[in-house]
Amino acid sequence: MTEALTLLSFGDAGWGDQIAMGVVVTVTLALATLPFGLTLGFLIALAKLSDEPSLKAAANIFTTIFRGLPELLTLFLVYFGIQIGVQELAKLLDLNFTIEINSFVAGMAALAVVFSSYASEAFLSAFRGISKGQYEGGYALGISKGLTMRLIIVPQLIRLALPALGNLWLILLKDTALVSVIGLADVIRQTGIAARVTKEPFLFFSIACGIYLVLAVISSFGLARIERWSKRGEASR
Amino acid sequence: MTMTTGFIEARRPPAAPARSWTGARITGHVLMALWAIAGFFLLWYLTEAYFSPFFEKYAEKYVSGFLVTLQIVGISLVIGALLSVPIAMARNSRFALLRWPAYAYVYFFRGTPLLAQTFLIYYGSGTFRPELASVGLWPFFREAWFCVILAFSLNTAAYQAEILRGAIANVPKGQWEGAMALGLSRPVILFKVILPQAMMVALRPYGNEIILMIKGSAIASIVTVFDLMGETRRAYSRSYDFQAYIWAAVFYLFLVEVLRRVWDMLERRLTRHLAR
Repeated sequence: MTEALTLLSFGDAGWGDQIAMGVVVTVTLALATLPFGLTLGFLIALAKLSDEPSLKAAANIFTTIFRGLPELLTLFLVYFGIQIGVQELAKLLDLNFTIEINSFVAGMAALAVVFSSYASEAFLSAFRGISKGQYEGGYALGISKGLTMRLIIVPQLIRLALPALGNLWLILLKDTALVSVIGLADVIRQTGIAARVTKEPFLFFSIACGIYLVLAVISSFGLARIERWSKRGEASR
Repeated sequence: MTMTTGFIEARRPPAAPARSWTGARITGHVLMALWAIAGFFLLWYLTEAYFSPFFEKYAEKYVSGFLVTLQIVGISLVIGALLSVPIAMARNSRFALLRWPAYAYVYFFRGTPLLAQTFLIYYGSGTFRPELASVGLWPFFREAWFCVILAFSLNTAAYQAEILRGAIANVPKGQWEGAMALGLSRPVILFKVILPQAMMVALRPYGNEIILMIKGSAIASIVTVFDLMGETRRAYSRSYDFQAYIWAAVFYLFLVEVLRRVWDMLERRLTRHLAR
């Protein structure tokens, strides 16, 4: 027991600080992906709602592809695809350079794409929960289309989409584990290194699982708070 | 007084006004054009690749990897389904001593990444090597394939238990009572009355779970199992040819899309009495 504590302590003797760095990387990756994923997902939902068939079809192709591919494969496609694409482009332009794509950026791009295709469905079903009268009321008051969306629709949309988006956030948090495969020093990679060096794999991978559980618990507290905030308008009823 | 002297000729409706080029329409056409270019490029690339040495060399590997993926997913889903029944029952039990462990089990497997669970079982079992060897289980845990099956089964059992719990809770009690009042035997009630209704609710989440398992099974490749993803990574590491990943994408999309279609059909069949 004391042995395990020494292994997990901070400083030179233990792996505590390395694992803590891993936690920071994991959380940063998930938080950095979120705004891109949400924005893209919202735009895709708008495209799917549009009357224009070509726009709708383009959005549907996007979600069909990225909801059908394994996240790991999407990650490799993005990671190696960007690298090879840039190299081909360089060859085409007769430039001579090679680049290494940052695994954090590649992971962020891949996770954002996957997140957005799922988030678009969440937004879409939330949009369906808002009656047409809300838009019409806005227009009748002479509010512009953009402002109606921002001031009238989106506040209600957040409330309706939040439970589904909360689940997607928890899935995103778990999916960040995959980025360790392309070399990002996240929780899984750091605990994996510790496991190999100390020959205590069970201890360290249990710690990794425990960290993800703690992150999930913290997230659900945070989500519950955001949900209360989003429903503050209903409190008086 | 006026009298009708004849019918007024029916007239064609006025022609629909030409649709103007709105921003949405332009964006849509541009995006569709991009997809079309990407699609044609992919088709051209793949037909060219079809005659390349890469395809000749690795086609068989891909098929065998595809079969391994199907095997892993199939076996895990069946074991998971069997395990999910007692877990779902324990989750609904009156006894806290049964309810809490089941809750903890479900929370653990749904709250941690599948990758971490697989590592915990595959690498973590090494810690207990002497103990496992003494009970003769070490050959089992030494094989990555068995560890992957174990991890995936435990994981999907947690998800399936929740689906099952939700579906059975969804069938009203009156259905049991009504069927019993008709003098039906319990197995008949279960298979002809309750399960068809529970399946209607559970079908969609079950389908999603199968798709999640197919996608999740790619993780097996990280612990040296040569499933579709494993063969892909091996092919890429030997050839440095990007088409390795393109072929894998084609295989996975095909698999998921077929499953989705089959599931839509099943759902239409199960809910055919509700169709208007």
